[in-house]
Amino acid sequence: MNKNDEVLTIVGSDPVGLRLLKYAILILGSFYAVFPLLWIVSTSLKSESAVFSETLELFPSEPRFANYWDVIKDNDFIFLKWFGNSLLVALGTTIVGIFFASTAAYAFSRFRFKGRSTGLFLFLVTQMFPGIILVIPLYQLMARLGLLNSYMGLIIAYSTTALPFCVFMLKGYFDTVPKSLEEAARMDGLSHFQIFWKIMMPLCLPGIVVTGFFSMITSWNEFMLALTFMSEESKYLLPVGLKKYVFDFKTQWQLVSAAAVMVTFPVLAIWLRVQTALMSGKLSGSVKG
Amino acid sequence: MAEAIKAQKKQIAQKKQIGPSGSGWIVWVFLAPAILAMGLTVFYPLMKGIWFSFTDIDQYTMGNAFEAPSYEFIGLENYKEILFSQDSDLLRVLWQTVLWTVINVSFHFGLGLLFALLLNHGFKGRSLFRLLLMVPWAVPAYVAAFSWRWMFNGDYGLFNQVLQMFSIEPINWLSKPFWAMTAAIATNVWLGYPFMMVSILAGLKTIPGALYEAAMLDGASRFQQFKQITLPMLRPVSLSVILLGFVWTFNMFPVIYLVTKGGPYGSTEILATYAYREAFESWNLAEASTYGVIILSILIVLSTIYSRMTKERVS
Repeated sequence: MNKNDEVLTIVGSDPVGLRLLKYAILILGSFYAVFPLLWIVSTSLKSESAVFSETLELFPSEPRFANYWDVIKDNDFIFLKWFGNSLLVALGTTIVGIFFASTAAYAFSRFRFKGRSTGLFLFLVTQMFPGIILVIPLYQLMARLGLLNSYMGLIIAYSTTALPFCVFMLKGYFDTVPKSLEEAARMDGLSHFQIFWKIMMPLCLPGIVVTGFFSMITSWNEFMLALTFMSEESKYLLPVGLKKYVFDFKTQWQLVSAAAVMVTFPVLAIWLRVQTALMSGKLSGSVKG
Repeated sequence: MAEAIKAQKKQIAQKKQIGPSGSGWIVWVFLAPAILAMGLTVFYPLMKGIWFSFTDIDQYTMGNAFEAPSYEFIGLENYKEILFSQDSDLLRVLWQTVLWTVINVSFHFGLGLLFALLLNHGFKGRSLFRLLLMVPWAVPAYVAAFSWRWMFNGDYGLFNQVLQMFSIEPINWLSKPFWAMTAAIATNVWLGYPFMMVSILAGLKTIPGALYEAAMLDGASRFQQFKQITLPMLRPVSLSVILLGFVWTFNMFPVIYLVTKGGPYGSTEILATYAYREAFESWNLAEASTYGVIILSILIVLSTIYSRMTKERVS
């Protein structure tokens, strides 16, 4: 790393013009990246007449925070109901997902068994499967089991969406725990289950947290299964609820935007933190230390 | 069970496992939850979906909690219908899907590479720019679809307001096939480039600085260094993110479904959204399953060709 930096100081001594160009591109790029969100925030603060006017206004002259309240209280607080549904399914998916991912990751990290590499490969291959080929049989299965419009059905369907990624990530964390620690524990007579639960899980807590957030956000953001399985309005998840607003006869964009802001921003904060943690590898370092 | 015993024997033979011999079955206890879950929600539906493509299943024959399913095996009828019938939409939608995928992935990769290269060197504000550029990744696809749909709104949308500021005739974005496709692609490019950027950035970090040092000593220009060192060293990571991006974009559902609804007149429909609509709007479950199998086959064939081709060039 240090070596790299040294070289970069030599290589990085750009002429001023080039450096200006670089900053210009980065500023333009950042603007492009952030603008659609800013525009939603801006719309969410406009009055109906300001939204449906021909003039362009980035900063609403009279910000109208009441849009948020309008969304929340609309139709007997159904937005809160959808929010709760999404949260419930996301939490359920996270708990089940962590259970599946951590046990499997422990097996892949600590045991050598027949079919190990095939198993890891199969996890990757599932990423290639088109959703459409799975959603029809899943829909039929849920219908047969009477699990349409049930949180349980959706949690089952979601439990494996993020699983391959989570297994790979947790395996990486488990791999960093020294084997000597485990051997010592076995000497003391701990079983594999005790080692898993009392040593691996606490030691890899940062990894578990990241994996958990990842499953949670995957579930929170999922659209197709939520759309297919939950058809009763009171059982809608947020994406489907928002879709209903958007494709209404006359879309109230200031309300849709307010709802979108409330859906996106909690996740945005968590997600950017998780991603930076993953990228910098800080968390995996903290496991070692 | 037999497998478990075999695995156990092998382990003992290899003396590789931790703990006393005879704990071979334990691994299956740890694997069981994930295997069961993957089986139930991925592999069983996959088999079932393939089976459906040979039947006449629809919403009446699929069965429910009270009624047993009553669909029947009809052989290759669905395939004949889709592959050979005159009024099949397959070729048109396939062409649109390929266009959609290739344009999207090119932009994803191009933008991702550009931003990654700019972010690679340490400089003032680097982490802020990186954070801002990653923002689209954190936005749910459906929210992105809504916000771009709003910006492309024909009457009050942002883009037409800007056009009017320059006295340019406003465009009916979502009701003209060409512009609707442009709108959908613009949305998806925005959503998808950060993944490429982050992956390429990680790839750049693995290039040893010594290579550049040596090149400098040999008097190589910046451009030569880029061409001779950076690009070749980025090859492995590029090849895998392009393949992943291709598969994901090919199967992308919410963007098309929510930005253009596949319209106007199905001109922006891709295979994934077309099959979904067949299934859950027209309730042609059998035909939609057949489309699913066709999509899967196309992806398998393409990715096999892709890995063959890229492997050959390496050696």
